[in-house]
Amino acid sequence: MKFSVTVTLKKDVLDPQGKVVQNTLINLGLDNLKEIRQGKYFEIEIDEKDQNTAKKKIDLMCKKLLANLIIENYKISKL
Amino acid sequence: MRSSVIVFPGSNCDRDISVALEKMQFKNQMVWHKDTVLPKSDLIVIPGGFSYGDYLRSGAIAGKSLIIDEVIKAANSGCLILGICNGFQILTETGLLKGTLLRNKNLKFINKDVNIKVTNNNTKFTSKYKANQILKINIAHNEGNYFTDRNHLDELCKDNLIAFKYCDEKGNINMESNPNGAIENIAGIYNPKKNILGMMPHPERMIDNLISNTDGADLFLSILN
Repeated sequence: MKFSVTVTLKKDVLDPQGKVVQNTLINLGLDNLKEIRQGKYFEIEIDEKDQNTAKKKIDLMCKKLLANLIIENYKISKL
Repeated sequence: MRSSVIVFPGSNCDRDISVALEKMQFKNQMVWHKDTVLPKSDLIVIPGGFSYGDYLRSGAIAGKSLIIDEVIKAANSGCLILGICNGFQILTETGLLKGTLLRNKNLKFINKDVNIKVTNNNTKFTSKYKANQILKINIAHNEGNYFTDRNHLDELCKDNLIAFKYCDEKGNINMESNPNGAIENIAGIYNPKKNILGMMPHPERMIDNLISNTDGADLFLSILN
């Protein structure tokens, strides 16, 4: 079973990388751009038949390592 | 006094801190991150560097390594823990210190000598310094922008848990003297029991006039006291 995890900075945390990417895109002429926030993306394959159990395990992975909950949010999706 | 320095793949200040500790007459041992037994220590140092190449987040992987369980046990039983630079990042990832270290506000790696103020000299790490003494200490980091939530920041201020703040030569703490964007100019913090210190500046680089200055020496001499 395959899942994707997207980790993004929380709303009130400054994202200087996202800002630089945004400014560069604006410089390239894409001036209707409102905001860019940069994040991380993981694809995780897990040997588990039950989708709920699998999702719980991925959730634990996020909490334990993949995301730093002080500054980041995460979203799990089934692939 | 016995000290242990934890070494991870990618640590690169482990030798410097070991030289500093031995110069100050600590009996020092190096401990590999895969070890599961920690030698009896009065002080454990988590050194600077780029453990695991800063994969995922600075300090994230090292913060889950085998020896860390032992470090947490030692910390909870009152052993002194000092995390410098990447060591500070690792301590926040283990949860021993709250908050986290974000990318420098200017997105650049900063390597320079900066002024910091000793905001609390009433701890086991800083008793040899005068109150509000200004030190010149080297910083060398890409993620030194300390960030924490409002409640924890209030706790840090109320309980005097801020160890050092970035300042200018005269001791002014302001935006201009803040190299990395750290909240409240914070350069180092303690846990509530004040037996754990995490700091971005490198005191082990300031123990000899021949190569820099000796502003870092009193930190180690305070611990020995």
